[in-house]
Amino acid sequence: MTDFPTSSSSSFDVDPVSSSAILAKNIRVGSSSCSPLLIMKMWAFFFVGLLCTHLSPVSARIGASDSSRTQPTERISGSAGDVLEDDPVGRLKVFVYELPSKYNKKILQKDPRCLNHMFAAEIYMHRFLLSSAVRTLNPEEADWFYTPVYTTCDLTPNGLPLPFKSPRMMRSAIQLISSNWPYWNRTEGADHFFLVPHDFGACFHYQEEKAIERGILPLLQRATLVQTFGQRYHVCLKDGSITIPPYAPPQKMQAHLIPEKTPRSIFVYFRGLFYDVGNDPEGGYYARGARAAVWENFKDNPLFDISTEHPSTYYEDMQRAVFCLCPLGWAPWSPRLVEAVIFGCIPVIIADDIVLPFADAIPWEEIGVFVDEKDVPNLDTILTSIPPEVILRKQRLLANPSMKQAMLFPQPAQPGDAFHQVLNGLARKLPHGRSVHLKQGQKILNWTAGPVGDLKPW
Amino acid sequence: MKFLAMPQSHADGQSGALRGLSPADSSKSPAATIFWLAVHAVCCLGSLVLGFRFSRLFVFLLYSTSPMLRATDKTTTYDPIVLLSDPSQSPVNQSTPHVAVGRHGIQVRPWPHPEPVEVMKAHQIIERVQREQRAQFTAKNPNPRSLIVITPTYVRAFQAMHLTALMHSLMLVPYKVVWIVVEAGGVTSETALLIKRSGLRTVHVGFKQEMPEAWEDRHSLEAKMRVHALRIVRDKNLDGIVMFADDSNIHSMELFDEVQAVKWIGAVSLGILPHSTVDESDQAVSKVMDESNSLIPIQGPVCDSANQFKGWRTDNGSPNMLGGATHVDDRGSPLPGKLEWAGFALNSRMLWKHAEGKPGWVRDLDSPNWDNDVDSPMSLLKDISALEPLGNCSRRLMVWRLRVEARPGTEFPKGWLIDPPLGIPAPSKRTPWPDAFPKLPFTENASSDEEEINQHPTENRRHETETAKPQLLRREPVEN
Repeated sequence: MTDFPTSSSSSFDVDPVSSSAILAKNIRVGSSSCSPLLIMKMWAFFFVGLLCTHLSPVSARIGASDSSRTQPTERISGSAGDVLEDDPVGRLKVFVYELPSKYNKKILQKDPRCLNHMFAAEIYMHRFLLSSAVRTLNPEEADWFYTPVYTTCDLTPNGLPLPFKSPRMMRSAIQLISSNWPYWNRTEGADHFFLVPHDFGACFHYQEEKAIERGILPLLQRATLVQTFGQRYHVCLKDGSITIPPYAPPQKMQAHLIPEKTPRSIFVYFRGLFYDVGNDPEGGYYARGARAAVWENFKDNPLFDISTEHPSTYYEDMQRAVFCLCPLGWAPWSPRLVEAVIFGCIPVIIADDIVLPFADAIPWEEIGVFVDEKDVPNLDTILTSIPPEVILRKQRLLANPSMKQAMLFPQPAQPGDAFHQVLNGLARKLPHGRSVHLKQGQKILNWTAGPVGDLKPW
Repeated sequence: MKFLAMPQSHADGQSGALRGLSPADSSKSPAATIFWLAVHAVCCLGSLVLGFRFSRLFVFLLYSTSPMLRATDKTTTYDPIVLLSDPSQSPVNQSTPHVAVGRHGIQVRPWPHPEPVEVMKAHQIIERVQREQRAQFTAKNPNPRSLIVITPTYVRAFQAMHLTALMHSLMLVPYKVVWIVVEAGGVTSETALLIKRSGLRTVHVGFKQEMPEAWEDRHSLEAKMRVHALRIVRDKNLDGIVMFADDSNIHSMELFDEVQAVKWIGAVSLGILPHSTVDESDQAVSKVMDESNSLIPIQGPVCDSANQFKGWRTDNGSPNMLGGATHVDDRGSPLPGKLEWAGFALNSRMLWKHAEGKPGWVRDLDSPNWDNDVDSPMSLLKDISALEPLGNCSRRLMVWRLRVEARPGTEFPKGWLIDPPLGIPAPSKRTPWPDAFPKLPFTENASSDEEEINQHPTENRRHETETAKPQLLRREPVEN
């Protein structure tokens, strides 16, 4: 079955009338040389052609849109092609370093809250890889190397992670693997990948200015980073990084599903802070003023159901909304994107230059609405001027189960979920280029770079 | 996402600002360290007092030439000015376009209020989305039949409330609706006005008798009114599914979808909502109510395991029925009759004199003795096993029966519009409530005022009909 273009679901229906008409025309042209056998052959071709064209739309429809019981969906293919449902098993091999438990298990034991917050992907990825089919115990045949160090598990009493010790922890882990195994020094980390799901990735700080000042940890300059943060032209986003969605608990979201035929009656929905009075009393820093602009412009607009409350029906309300705002906060990404995708609400992304999860596998421009921060005062005009067909198409794309699955980290892992998308992303980067392997004695990384405080042992 | 302690952020900010002014040299003399610590502390205190990091202000005034904007000045649209700690070093100084870190303006448009044109467009979008949802998630019915809804009504205080609610339910039905409204006591303009607002095709007929007071009699009169409407269906040869919607009942939209599946005659389950004015603080009553576990009584068909119609279930005698009212002005609600009409749906062809495929077990419309033998459309059937249970063998409740009425003779303004507006609100002494209001000190004076402010039309009429039997005063002659 050839891959049909995904511009609209109707493109799947090969028009039987037109194709058989074309066949008939050819037959008419050919039958001018009239031997009876030739005419018989022509008619046979005609009938076979007719049968084929009638059969193919049926099978295409089965593959593409579902029965009338559920919502018709559309295949999703991004810039890398139709890769959401690829199976990484057999395409790559990952070796998991055995680090002492002070880097992972003991940290988790100290604070089990790390399993539920939005940075929990690093822990679940480790667990997934330990029992996955792509894992190999023989490092010589591995394409990628994974270092399980939980850098985002030092939590305040409120539950927010402090990144102050993370650079030292990461550095200490890398020192360990480079001294106990030869594979780090072979490539200086170019075939290693790390999960750094914190606010600004491997810059290890929650404040953007400080994060930019620090830059990415020098030792990770050549490694592949799997992170939630993504913003173009930003110091903390390295070329070749894989952007993942933040962790959202799948069971909790499943528990709040409402029947799909509940009519969507809210136009725009948002719950969250507009001003962060604790950290930004002057205003204008938090969210680069975008959230405050949303509030000031639309607080009395009946179409915008926005407030700072924390209702217990938050998930149910999202399922009753057409658009869900996903503005930036202190960092451009937020779990709202994941929630909007799961609940079928079109995400309105207000974050300039943001890089969304799995951007090469998922065509986000076709699924969500992107609004520049400077256009926020005209948000209502922008949203109401979207043609209804476009909105319906976005909803069809969102209804695709592989789309929803790609945003989740379910336990146990399921095919097509975010773990598999990460592995697919890593597989797409194979085979490694020639620059990955270093020549004998070549050294690129500077082990003493970075702030003095980072060099202390952990 | 982060909740820093204020001093910590200040510490970071200050050290960042001061780093430009003094080299972060670890080999400093203690005096210099102490000096810088002192300056640091003074700056911190100053910032705490002022409420913002004045080091930025300081640097800004030194290095920048653009006019300063204050945080409170948010009401005008302006280009965002970027305030950086060190403006000479742009933190993301790479290729365009980039987003600068730091303070941005909060952009507010000059008239930050909803535009009506856009609100309309948004509603059209929502309607389109909902239409699509409905098309996808409800079972596709290639030939939806129109619904013929029969409603008996009469003018009384709560008529506007009940009829408007029913009207809105019918307006939301996605199929064609023919609404037959039968009015006891003849056609009135008030009912006509109410019904006209629906935009549906309506047939408004009057019924000669007046609606009586006792619930029992009302029940039988309503049945006769419905049969009258059925005769209209027969005479006009209306085609569709006949449903009985009492104006005080509550209908779910799914009911109208479910009813499309009827072949000849079907029934759904009816929930009975008691309207109880019983004192719930009474211990005995609350005990009974707890025991009943808040299950509402249901009237409807019951099926066996093969989903075949087996019999009826009526919860009329259960302890939940805290009714017991016999007259409209009694407290509590009336018990339902043996079988309510509201749960039934008929194919209108069953009523026609000559219809194709009309089954043999259908009696003619005039053959039952409707005066005595009236209780449900089952009287039209010779063989009750032909009944089709609808709604997943009526396990889903889609319609609820409620009988809530104001006391008879309740005064209400014509069309529920008070014009001219009331002056002094005074308790009315002439409404025939059984329990009188307590005598308040000012009512003695107010009674003299009432005579003067008797421009109110109801006051006049009340004088006239004071001694007459309380009648509904809103009746007007038919204007045809």
